[in-house]
Amino acid sequence: MENNINIKLKVWRQQDARDKGRFETFKLDNISTDSSFLEMMDILNEQLVNEGKEPIAFDHDCREGICGMCSMYINGRPHGPDDDITTCQLHMRKFKDGETITIEPWRSAGFPVIKDLIVDRTAFDKIIAAGGYVSVNTGGVPDANALPISKDAGDEAMDAASCIGCGACVAACKNGSAMLFVSAKVSQLSLLPQGKVEAARRAKNMVARMDELGFGNCTNTGACEVECPKGISLANISRLNREYLTAKIKD
Amino acid sequence: MSSLLSSSIGKKLLMGLSGLFLMMFLLVHLAVNSLLLVPDGGDTFNAAAHFMATNPAIRIMEPLLGVGFLVHIVWGIVLTIQNRKARGNSRYASGNKTTGVTWASKNMLVLGLTILAFLVLHMAHFWVKMKVTGDPLLDHTIVSIAGVDTEVENAYRLVNATFSYLWIMIVYVVAGIGLALHLSHGFWSSLQSIGFSNELWRTRLNTVGQYYAWIVGLGFSLIALLQYFFYQG
Repeated sequence: MENNINIKLKVWRQQDARDKGRFETFKLDNISTDSSFLEMMDILNEQLVNEGKEPIAFDHDCREGICGMCSMYINGRPHGPDDDITTCQLHMRKFKDGETITIEPWRSAGFPVIKDLIVDRTAFDKIIAAGGYVSVNTGGVPDANALPISKDAGDEAMDAASCIGCGACVAACKNGSAMLFVSAKVSQLSLLPQGKVEAARRAKNMVARMDELGFGNCTNTGACEVECPKGISLANISRLNREYLTAKIKD
Repeated sequence: MSSLLSSSIGKKLLMGLSGLFLMMFLLVHLAVNSLLLVPDGGDTFNAAAHFMATNPAIRIMEPLLGVGFLVHIVWGIVLTIQNRKARGNSRYASGNKTTGVTWASKNMLVLGLTILAFLVLHMAHFWVKMKVTGDPLLDHTIVSIAGVDTEVENAYRLVNATFSYLWIMIVYVVAGIGLALHLSHGFWSSLQSIGFSNELWRTRLNTVGQYYAWIVGLGFSLIALLQYFFYQG
């Protein structure tokens, strides 16, 4: 069984936000199919450093699919050719010997490129800061049975909370819309009693911030849901529409 | 209220509501059109057309329908321009290999503009002749409505004569298919935009939406086709 592959990489290089950017191609031999995609990137960077060249800048942190840092658009898909995983969970067994792999940064007006494959995703933090929290009054611990939460609501809230804010939804969206992210961040709180108090204010503020930051309008194509590494459902977007519209109409 | 309608979700609400309104209109339109297939020389269709032209409820709805079309078209274009801006100038060199996204959902503007182009032609064929300029083909005819002989415009003859041209029939058939594709995404999407959807309803709405889209779209196509082949002379 063949365990090593030779590949060609076509990688986006861009010095800084003002640079126009271009593709550079690299050859990489004897890559184990058991290695992860980011390990392959590390090998490439090591090779570049040894040649005295500048390594490729890319985002990564936990490398176990929960932090939401890694963000590459690989061969036409955010997080590459596998479903429900982040780039760090992608393995080289998904690629064939001799294949050319194209790696690009997220592309969206809301996510400007900082360097090479790294984009600025602080827009997401700004949306969270606009209302994606619960203002807790710390008192005594309440009785569990004083706060009844249905199994369905609890499950849906947890599913929404699995969003890691990686931005694949925006990267995949033909409209550069951040609705899947915002809807998950609204849903994880609005479904639970603790989040209900600020629900109307939260929906209004987060959507207003999202619009302000230049993200597009959702047209329900569903590309975000397909590419989301956590399988966040489009049902959340409908819930956000509901929350926002009722909050606005009540005003 | 103004901040609602200028927000992204507010604009989508307008798209959804105007879309739903237009979809109700299409059902009524198809129902009346299906009477074109009653083989009685057009008497039933003429009676229905007479009812539609004189009924006060329909007369009130007519300008509203115009507004509905206008809102849907103008907002559709505005939203698409904004979305292109939000997408940014750089495109992915490796293309888009996301699977499971319908072609129609990605091409709603193109499909919409196709329908708009058809609409202009369609209005020139019928609406202008019936409401503004008149046409010798519309000369009055007598039909019996509920036992009473009534003088009505011969709308059937105009429709029948229009569909005697091969190119018009083909344009109508193609437009019907374009409409079906537009609706195949639009039905579910409009309800999702106004907040009426969840995990369970999404499947239901999608199924109903596919039936609705293809019955309405192909229904219009089929009527034009049958008129050309079997109702001439």
